[in-house]
Amino acid sequence: MARFRWGQSEGGRAALLMAPPFAYALLLLAVPLLAIILFSFWTQDFMDVNTTFTLDNYREIITQPIYGLLLQRSLYVSGCVTIVTVLLAYPIAYFVSFHVDPSRKSIWLFLITIPFWTSYLIRVFLWKVILGYNGVVNSGLMGLGVIDEPLTFILYNVNAVIITLAHAFAPFAILPIFVALEKIDRSLLEASQDLGETRLSTFFRVTLPLSMPGLVAAVLIVFIPTIGDYVTPELMGGAGGKLIANMIQTQFLALNNAPLGAALALVAMICVTAISLLFVFLNRRWLRGRS
Amino acid sequence: MTALISLRGVQKYYGTYHALRGIDLDIKAGEFFSLLGPSGCGKTTLLRTIAGFEGLSDGTLKIDGKDMSGVPANLRPTNMVFQSYAIFPHLSVAENVAFGLRKSSMSKKEKSAAVKEALDMVGLGGFGGRASHALSGGQRQRVALARALILKPKVLLLDEPLSALDKKMREQMQVELIRLQRQVGITFILVTHDQEEALVMSDRIAVMFEGEIGQMDDPETLYRAPNSRRVAEFIGKMNFLTGVVTTDGGTVSVDVAGLGRAELPASQVPQGTVPGKVSIGIRPETLAILFDGETTQRRVVDATVSEVVYYGDMTYYDVRIAGVESALTISMKNLIGRPVLDVGAKTKVIWDERSLVLLPA
Amino acid sequence: MKGSGLKIYAIAYLLFLYAPILLLPIFAFNDGTIIAFPLQGFTTKWFGELWTNKALHDAVGNSLFIAMMTAIFATLLGVCAARAGAMASFPGKKGITGFIMLPLVLPEIIVAVSLLIVLRQVLDMQLSNWTIIMAHVLICTPFSIAILNGAFQNIDPALEEAALDLGETRWSAFRLVILPLVVPGIISSMLISFTISLDEFIIAFFLTGSNPTMPVYIWGLLRFPASLPVVMALGTLLVTLSIVLLATAEYFRRRGLARAGIKDSGGFL
Repeated sequence: MARFRWGQSEGGRAALLMAPPFAYALLLLAVPLLAIILFSFWTQDFMDVNTTFTLDNYREIITQPIYGLLLQRSLYVSGCVTIVTVLLAYPIAYFVSFHVDPSRKSIWLFLITIPFWTSYLIRVFLWKVILGYNGVVNSGLMGLGVIDEPLTFILYNVNAVIITLAHAFAPFAILPIFVALEKIDRSLLEASQDLGETRLSTFFRVTLPLSMPGLVAAVLIVFIPTIGDYVTPELMGGAGGKLIANMIQTQFLALNNAPLGAALALVAMICVTAISLLFVFLNRRWLRGRS
Repeated sequence: MTALISLRGVQKYYGTYHALRGIDLDIKAGEFFSLLGPSGCGKTTLLRTIAGFEGLSDGTLKIDGKDMSGVPANLRPTNMVFQSYAIFPHLSVAENVAFGLRKSSMSKKEKSAAVKEALDMVGLGGFGGRASHALSGGQRQRVALARALILKPKVLLLDEPLSALDKKMREQMQVELIRLQRQVGITFILVTHDQEEALVMSDRIAVMFEGEIGQMDDPETLYRAPNSRRVAEFIGKMNFLTGVVTTDGGTVSVDVAGLGRAELPASQVPQGTVPGKVSIGIRPETLAILFDGETTQRRVVDATVSEVVYYGDMTYYDVRIAGVESALTISMKNLIGRPVLDVGAKTKVIWDERSLVLLPA
Repeated sequence: MKGSGLKIYAIAYLLFLYAPILLLPIFAFNDGTIIAFPLQGFTTKWFGELWTNKALHDAVGNSLFIAMMTAIFATLLGVCAARAGAMASFPGKKGITGFIMLPLVLPEIIVAVSLLIVLRQVLDMQLSNWTIIMAHVLICTPFSIAILNGAFQNIDPALEEAALDLGETRWSAFRLVILPLVVPGIISSMLISFTISLDEFIIAFFLTGSNPTMPVYIWGLLRFPASLPVVMALGTLLVTLSIVLLATAEYFRRRGLARAGIKDSGGFL
């Protein structure tokens, strides 16, 4: 048997190179994650942390209806944002991949990604300007005579949060779908049409199943991070649009109850992960069931 | 005469995969040597162990009498032409060729003279200033050759150097490589899966299967007297029949299924042949169709044409003979006045004891 | 035609994407303290106020420092990981790579609170610019790796072997062959990391010390209607800066591809 020698075989040198980023991620990601798990079983005792093991935080999360309500609302918002974002994004990714001249694809992708990189806070705030009582939408619609008085259901509620988040996460959804579509061998589509499928049925029988990995990636990359956003609900949600992330932030920064905040963060993470895994599992079964 | 490159009992494992299974090999100075075999046979691995990119799991490798264990690629007297050519895309043609001279003691002037000479040698004189990504496949290969030869290595290693070229270009480069090798006198070791390429170019060929050398000989011996059925199958086309060998004093004769008994001349009998069942190989060009109006002194057997493949200069016939399950392939030159037979035609096949290649059963 | 229908949709979608950004300069130059229509008239006084705001200058200075450090360290770690990623495999490589890339999908608030607990409650460290840099390096490294992976994996492994074969050592082969080919990717990675760090709020809000970063400072301003026009002016400058940075990053990424002799097929990520 060949011996595995660090620093001599190429695999060994690769491992040595991987060590610094891995060590960094261990120290600043794994250790902190373990710390919040630990903290969630402790309690806050005025200024000190009581380190006796207890399930009190979790008991409080279950018994106090406010946490369940916020969590439910958060998952609902994340789910809606994911569906809206991915559905709106797919045609764009499809357009750029299939209908844009190859030499101009990267300029399209560039245009799509630019707004995503520019001052998140200010972008969220500007949606307030667009959707507000005297905002762009209301002024525009009133000017056109479509409505007589400003619409109020588009700001300071869950709808406003969903619109704003769908905007913020758009490129996250477009890019993975685009990459998956680009990988599809174009002769497969011609083969399908040659075998008697229409363009539409080719899309559903060939293109869509082959782009599924990108679609799944898009869903996960939108669904998981949206649960952790507290800026948009804070600015756009009003009283009835606050989410679990706002509560976590409040527990940590305003109420100085880190253990309860840690437990909330963990519960939120576990819910999101469970839903994501379920989604991936169902998707695999669906794909396998078809073939 | 001592060998320039000498391998003894070379073993190579990748994890549990046994890539080289005991290679013994001597390559003489100035030789054009080929490693030939199907993909996955270990020929590239063997080349890379000589270059120093792969360590040995066991055995020894000597180049010019020096043991190479622990000597990294950059310190070995070998240079390589890579399958992808590995032309540095950020450097010009001249910078690519001069790459290996960085640490040499040559003056700037001597270096540029050496680069010019190397480029002239491969027929790229005047290309020095070109950007390397603007080159065609054949030109890239010439740059790779010049870049390796400028260092005057003891051994030039070529990893499937012609596989990326189209057929015309490939044939042209085969001739040029032979000319170049004679000109510089450096030992060339060529890895290829193309048996024709190996036959055309090499002084000697090692045919490899599954990490072992199946046979090592000059091209003609390899073609005429393969030592096993897999070598015979890999090089050229070969029909296979079964036979039974009998010995009677000094003479060896064989009873070939479908053809009959023949006494073999001593030159056709491999060493260590014992009475019993054998496999008989027959090259398509050592059989012939007896056309109407032709006569022969040699032996004939009745046959029926089952397949005709017309190549222009040649016609390949598949014929069936009584007592043999599979068809025999015969190649015939389309000489003046010779007809092309139809499928189903009754004919006679000419053969000779010199057609027969005795192989282990 | 099917394509033209899609194109109209695509343009409408781009409008949706750009809607907030297009409003920025409108209100930045609007002579009124209320951010709403109708517009009041043209002014550049909000930009003038930016020049005199000491607190803002401090915040911008903090953010620039943090973003610069983040760009350097994230790209260093990214080069290690991407280089290793392009090399031979070793036991556990896939899992380790996946773990390093995890912050890409992790909700930022989780990163923020877990780091806050460790730094404040476990290590009892003072929050400072460096605590933010630590967190930003963590979240920027995956982006850096994603960009650099493209750069490293486009390189034919035979190039390094050719350099070794021609007498170079491992280090000089890296310096003479690999590095020149990935320099555009490195610049691109630094610019992207810089941009992400400069704009990051969710984590910075948790980990910021006594000196706020620019987004944290903006967050404070958003509560005071009177300061909103100044925020618009600041936003306009930031968007312009981002576009310049990103265009530069894209330019270098493409030049890298051209240098490696590869046709362009996509953008970031």
